[in-house]
Amino acid sequence: MVSAVTQAPVWTVLLVPVLLGALGFGGAAFARVLDARADGRGISMAVLAAPLAESGRLLLQQRRAVIASDRLLARTGVVLVPVAAVLAALVVPLGGSTAGDLSVGVVWFNAMEVVVWAALWMAGWGTNSVWGLVGGYRFVVQGLSYELPHMFALITVATGAGSLRVSEIVAAQDGLWFVVWMPVAFAAFLLSALALAFSGPFDTATGGDIAGGVLAEHSGADRLLLLVGRWLLLAAAAAMAVPLFLGGGAGPLLPGWLWTLVKAAAVLAVLVWIRSRTATVRMDRFATFGWMVLIPLTLLQALVVALVVAAEGV
Amino acid sequence: MTVVLGVIFWVCAVAAVVTGVAVFRVDSMARATFALLASFVFAAVPLLLLGLSYLGVLVILMMIMEMVVMVVFMIMYMMNPAGLEPMSMVHNRKGALAIAGGTFVVLATGVLVVEWPQRRAGPPSDVTFALGTALMGSHMLVMLVIGLGLFATIVATVVLAHPRGRYDRFGDDLSRRPADDPIRGGSRR
Repeated sequence: MVSAVTQAPVWTVLLVPVLLGALGFGGAAFARVLDARADGRGISMAVLAAPLAESGRLLLQQRRAVIASDRLLARTGVVLVPVAAVLAALVVPLGGSTAGDLSVGVVWFNAMEVVVWAALWMAGWGTNSVWGLVGGYRFVVQGLSYELPHMFALITVATGAGSLRVSEIVAAQDGLWFVVWMPVAFAAFLLSALALAFSGPFDTATGGDIAGGVLAEHSGADRLLLLVGRWLLLAAAAAMAVPLFLGGGAGPLLPGWLWTLVKAAAVLAVLVWIRSRTATVRMDRFATFGWMVLIPLTLLQALVVALVVAAEGV
Repeated sequence: MTVVLGVIFWVCAVAAVVTGVAVFRVDSMARATFALLASFVFAAVPLLLLGLSYLGVLVILMMIMEMVVMVVFMIMYMMNPAGLEPMSMVHNRKGALAIAGGTFVVLATGVLVVEWPQRRAGPPSDVTFALGTALMGSHMLVMLVIGLGLFATIVATVVLAHPRGRYDRFGDDLSRRPADDPIRGGSRR
């Protein structure tokens, strides 16, 4: 039985970055653990705390800039990445309460996550470096490849629930989670979650073949914001999968907020595992896959769900 | 509450004009494009104030996507070489000034001359739905079909305009694999 999701007091907005940060840190630490295992290293506290140590190092590192870099655009882009992640997570309900129960929550999530397109491009362009520029352009191609399947997945969920409000989407899954009868949409959502956070097989924007791409000329606090933002984005997408597909805070014994966290952590763990286990996908290949495979499949999924909804309404 | 809404409106109105002016003052196509994006986003906020949350958020979403695609093409076409030299958005100064001034006068006259209707009742519960009905009325189906037709036209135009067809890619008997493409990517490779 799902308890209805209600709007929490305004101050809970302040909790969103804290919880999202904790989730993102968990993801980053888990990635380090997987990397250590793949390298045959032992798993120690140093491995778990490595993201913190790296953050400290970057905070102390001096910022450098290339001559004639466009600092305004670069800084704006860098700051927008984590900000967009937090704003996107605003509509994710924690158990029975949500910080922002917007009537168009799904569209809001989508809009905030598209902010990253502009942000990464600006961060890449602004450094006046060919590597940053190539990385920025790569992310735009990636965006054009994952965004439509991503949107169709969101539209499928909204169609199934008959609402764009996240609390009503959770309520519509009372009894049957959307992941059960919208598996294609769920898979497309997970793929696009990795792509929108430019991580895992979709990390060509920051690829080693272009010396780090968008990250190439960012150092110190700028680089930290980009890296933190990437983990926050992945965490936000994982958390959003819970109300969209996994019944929100529904579950036996444990309270709703804990179920939300457990499910979000599980989705994030799967994403991080895929990230560590797969090789980088070349962008031209992914563009073909996105347009020739993912878009038709997600459209079919949307059609099936629309037919089911129409049949129920008759 | 009304005061807060008023402040938000005026801040966004001024910011939209300022960023709009910035489009023509900066010397970089990248900055010009994102200044224009900022202007559009500020212009979308009043939609949210009117309770048109779907339209407001959608304008923000679409404008970001559109401007990111736009910046690629604008830099490609308008900056030289490859966007590494300064540029200006101002062209044909006298003509542009006349057109802009004329448009402003016409619109401003319209604002002042038109007899605006008085509100007779409170706003409906679903403002977005009411706006859609008011704009489209009984023509909703027609407009949807026209939308599909427009989209099909775009696709057909691109297909017809494309210089390379399947015989160029797969050979005269369509059996060449992988396809002969000038750049990587494309289907069935």
